[in-house]
Amino acid sequence: MTGVQDKTSLSYGLDMDAIAREHSAVRLEDETIALEVDNLNLYYGDKRALNGVSMKIPQKKVTAFIGPSGCGKSTLLRCFNRMNDLIDGCRTEGQIRLDGKNIFDRDVDVAMLRRRVGMVFQKPNPFPKSIYENVAYGLRLAGINKKRVLDETVEWALKGAALWDEVKNRLEDSALGLSGGQQQRLVIARAIAIQPDVILLDEPCSALDPISTLKVEELITELKNNYTIVIVTHNMQQAARVSDYTAFMYVGDLIEYGNTDRLFTKPAKKQTEDYITGRYG
Amino acid sequence: MDKPSELQASNHDLVARDTASVGAYVKSGAPYVWVTAAAISVAFIITVALLLLTASRGLPHFWPADLMQTVYQEPGKEPQRLLAEIRSSEEVTAARLIGAGLPVSDQKPLYDRMLLKIANRDLGGVDFRYVLSDWLVERAEPKDATVLERVEWGNFHGFVVALKEGDQIVASGEQAWTAYQERQERVNDLRDKVREIERGRIGKTNYELERIRLQQRRLELDGKTPERNAAEFAPLEARRKTQDDKYEILRKELEQLNTDMGRDALVMKTIDGQEVTLPLSKLIHGYRPNDMGLFAKTGFFLGSIWNFVTDEPREANTEGGIFPAIFGTVLMVMIMSVIVTPFGVVAAVYLREYAKQGPMTQAIRIAVNNLAGVPSIVFGMFGLGFFVYFVGANLDKAFYSEALPSPTFGTPGIMWASLTLALLTLPVVIVATEEGLARIPRSIREASLALGATKAETLWKVVLPMSSPAMMTGLILAIARAAGEVAPLMLVGVVKLAPSLPLDGNLPFIHLERKFMHLGFHIYDVGFQSPNVEAARPLVYATAFLLVLVILLLNLSAIRIRNQLRERYKALEH
Repeated sequence: MTGVQDKTSLSYGLDMDAIAREHSAVRLEDETIALEVDNLNLYYGDKRALNGVSMKIPQKKVTAFIGPSGCGKSTLLRCFNRMNDLIDGCRTEGQIRLDGKNIFDRDVDVAMLRRRVGMVFQKPNPFPKSIYENVAYGLRLAGINKKRVLDETVEWALKGAALWDEVKNRLEDSALGLSGGQQQRLVIARAIAIQPDVILLDEPCSALDPISTLKVEELITELKNNYTIVIVTHNMQQAARVSDYTAFMYVGDLIEYGNTDRLFTKPAKKQTEDYITGRYG
Repeated sequence: MDKPSELQASNHDLVARDTASVGAYVKSGAPYVWVTAAAISVAFIITVALLLLTASRGLPHFWPADLMQTVYQEPGKEPQRLLAEIRSSEEVTAARLIGAGLPVSDQKPLYDRMLLKIANRDLGGVDFRYVLSDWLVERAEPKDATVLERVEWGNFHGFVVALKEGDQIVASGEQAWTAYQERQERVNDLRDKVREIERGRIGKTNYELERIRLQQRRLELDGKTPERNAAEFAPLEARRKTQDDKYEILRKELEQLNTDMGRDALVMKTIDGQEVTLPLSKLIHGYRPNDMGLFAKTGFFLGSIWNFVTDEPREANTEGGIFPAIFGTVLMVMIMSVIVTPFGVVAAVYLREYAKQGPMTQAIRIAVNNLAGVPSIVFGMFGLGFFVYFVGANLDKAFYSEALPSPTFGTPGIMWASLTLALLTLPVVIVATEEGLARIPRSIREASLALGATKAETLWKVVLPMSSPAMMTGLILAIARAAGEVAPLMLVGVVKLAPSLPLDGNLPFIHLERKFMHLGFHIYDVGFQSPNVEAARPLVYATAFLLVLVILLLNLSAIRIRNQLRERYKALEH
């Protein structure tokens, strides 16, 4: 599997079947599993938002969640780093295992979990600090205070987020002076600076223009070499372009999950087909 | 569906038909613009008028007004010669004057009445009098009319006769005036030295002696006696001896200076011919307003204002300056800020960030807001009852028992005043901070949490810095309220004349137990408790003007800090 080139061509109407055949060789069963969701139920008060979701998220691959608004895809994503803990009246049943350890166990330190499972949000949310301090934030939290280590890591993270060349001369400037696309890449740099295992992306391009979107998508493909990536997106073309595996969710249920190319070309379920062909959504 | 008739095109051609009616005028929004603009104009005009009024009534006091020499011929009485400064004049009805027992004719309905400052209170008993300008004859402005500002008894108006050194006349006439000015400089230098010794060195010695006395008392309270514990008492005795010796030397030095100061005297003649000898040590300076040009008068004016701001008050606060009051006001506000900011912020953080939002929290929030509406004198009562009589008295028992029965903290003082005002302004800071915290977007908090920060770390590193402008807003409001508050202070630490500043060169430099002076109280005291109403009136305005300026300065500096913080954290809207 060679990456972006093939995938982007999907939307340019090349031989879809040929591509599908090539990629159908990639099967979930062959992957190392990073995260394992086991019969996960989630309630907001009395309202049930996830119904017994079970799935395996492969390591160093891009997994996309698609589905109509309110289907629970963001909710599921926010379970992986327990962001839902912040919501009053939200409770979960079932398990999510990271390296075999249930992240909902009582003895889990949420701060440590979030260091291993980083997150990028829908709207770029840099801190009102300098570019440098934004990237160094997580490092300082982790107790890294040596100037040399910080400098190196900040540079490495900004390079990793393909932002270094644009900001290397103004690291001390406020992060708020960056454009939306740059801010989103800065936020990604901030996430990878602490070298997590998993990066969660919650509709990372929904507030960006097409050029910035393209840059972030390229970056995602790049990052996959080192990180397990889970992305929620509204945009099916984006899911098709960047992901290896796709999960289709509908009203709290995981309807279909599997190889992206197969899901988009030969969906097994009628609901999936209706959604990706635009019959509802 | 059919279009309702109101929406049909026939009812709405594009050209406005109704432009003249009241309804159309109201709809256009123009009246609202006028009303809102009028509201802000009124507020602005009132503020400016307030400043102008206080400035115009207060500042002329410092201008060296001309002296008028005149004869006051009240019908049926001996003519009186006056040398006076015109303070004000007004129209008075004849009826009122007749009622006051003046022989005016009721043919003329209105008379012009003047308020003259005749000074020389030690001779005549009063230094202001009202006269009718109709009865003033032979007005003149002699160039050699002299005003002397004195340490006691207010100003002296008269003419220079001679200058004496001891009993010897050394100069007379114009030469005496020139010689006087030089010698007054010398006396003023000596007076500064005397003050420096009294306040500084003798003050330090006394402070030291008091501390030795307290240490000795401490030992006695611990059950020790000079006989059995000589080792502990001896060094104290030795220190006392040193201080006593020091004091003796200073006392001699002081005596010498006082003799030097008393050497010269100025012989003056009042307008009615009485000769008076005034020792230079009792004079501050002399000037001849009728002989001064505009330039000299302006210089004098600015100098007087400077003295007013930097000097200590004299003569029951009706003369001299108001420096201790300015100092007390600023220091109290600063101590209050230091107390109220962290306290209010911490309380707001709990209410907004940690407390479970529910009816209980809401009730507490309402209670806090209502605290702002409690009359300030009630806070004063609380401060006196709780801080002074309970906390202070117990502090004294625990730590200052050697000074008892005279209280240290168990009496009103600047710390209790600051604490009381901190309580008074606490709700403002809490409310403002809470609003600031509520405005920090959830996304920023989530960003921090998602990077592995705990809630406390997120608060400390992101949320609190970002809401610091709101805290400053709270502090600005608190300062504005506290600096103008007088009523509670009268119960918890303000006095009309404080012997020493709460900040000085004696260890531990800041004396929180001391009483202090305050501009607001000073206005009240000078204006309503003063024996010399006419002399005090301009000072009341001048002090009020200064109080407004001080509050303005305090606020401007806080606003400056806030704007810098805002600039740094202007992230909120995106």
